[in-house]
Amino acid sequence: MIQISKDSMPILREQDVVPFRNRVRELATKIGMSLVNQTKLITAASELVRNMLKYANGGKVLLELISRNGQTGVRLTFEDQGPGIKDIDLAMKDGFSTGKSLGLGLPGTKRLVNEFSIKSVPGEGTTVTITHWKNGR
Amino acid sequence: MKNATSKVIRKNKAQILESWMKYQLTDEDLRDDLMNMEELHGQSEQLLDSFLNALESGNMNDINAREFEPIRDTLGEISVMRARRGYSPRETGTFVLSLKQSLFDALEKEFKSQPEILYKEIILVNNLLDSLSIFTFETFIKGREEVILRQTDEINEISTPVIRVWEGILALPIIGTLDSARTQIVMENLLQEIVATGSSIAILDISGVPAVDSLVAQHLIKTVSATRLMGAECIISGIRAEIAQTIVHLGIDLSNIKTKASLASALRLAYDMMGVEVKKMDRRSKISLL
Repeated sequence: MIQISKDSMPILREQDVVPFRNRVRELATKIGMSLVNQTKLITAASELVRNMLKYANGGKVLLELISRNGQTGVRLTFEDQGPGIKDIDLAMKDGFSTGKSLGLGLPGTKRLVNEFSIKSVPGEGTTVTITHWKNGR
Repeated sequence: MKNATSKVIRKNKAQILESWMKYQLTDEDLRDDLMNMEELHGQSEQLLDSFLNALESGNMNDINAREFEPIRDTLGEISVMRARRGYSPRETGTFVLSLKQSLFDALEKEFKSQPEILYKEIILVNNLLDSLSIFTFETFIKGREEVILRQTDEINEISTPVIRVWEGILALPIIGTLDSARTQIVMENLLQEIVATGSSIAILDISGVPAVDSLVAQHLIKTVSATRLMGAECIISGIRAEIAQTIVHLGIDLSNIKTKASLASALRLAYDMMGVEVKKMDRRSKISLL
């Protein structure tokens, strides 16, 4: 895997969501991602930053353009120092939410992007990494 | 107690003002389209006068003191005005900082043979003008922030119009991100308008919403439920192809909400629901109407 570009962005307030989405859109357009894939990636990114703001009071996102086996993609890493997730399997279930929301954020995000990984230590924080390839496969 | 600098300024006021104006004008970026010469001259003279008065009061350190109030007022006024007119921070800063050079010139001429006094006075003037320019920047930014706040309010106000498209049919084009605050405004406006007009159908058009994530969807569902509680039916229109796919992957269930791809088809559905028929007239009946 080759990293083409790397950038990070702090997410501290609700107002940071829109500029962040625009940054993701820029990256996706740069590698020529189709509109449907762009929208999927942006929506997934939007879900994750909202989670970060809601449960961990913000955090940091690493935005990378990567290349693997001849295809390019966008990889986003969401890092927070929030309370962490006790039961990841439960959090990945549709309709489960500790915050009165629809409970689709994490499972929905996983369905939207090509690669999804989550690590969480209760009391220390959560890291979610998503990757979406140019052609969406 | 009068200090050396204030005496020099008093003596050479006209010259200092002239050279200050010259320094301001040599700045290539000065926007003469935004302000005329007379205004600039007037502002400069006013500022120099209040600066002199403040110096003559004997206070040379603390710009927050009472003696400096007139100069703070003048500077504040000028920087807020410049912020509103769209000056750059550089242009606004140059206004105060270029006075430094003219004062140094005047002091140098006066105390050429007394380097000790010259040094002391220059340090004093320097510190004072630095504090004043920092003050200018602060007020300049405050002025800009006011502009931004006002615009935010305006955007919030104009971005959620409720349009009466037909007797009993309301349309709400939503443009921009649908966050909690916006949803609140949208919902309030919509519910109020439903009561005011006695409408039974509301069309929420989300063509202008860039991304529909689960939070936005939740807000939409809430708005629809509230509308239903009022006895009106809600149609969501403007669902673009890519958004439809995203919603399905996310797993959001909108199946008990009426949705349409375009505002036109939503309007057609609304007509159907109300039993209104819209059709083209043939030529003859059109003429007979005239």
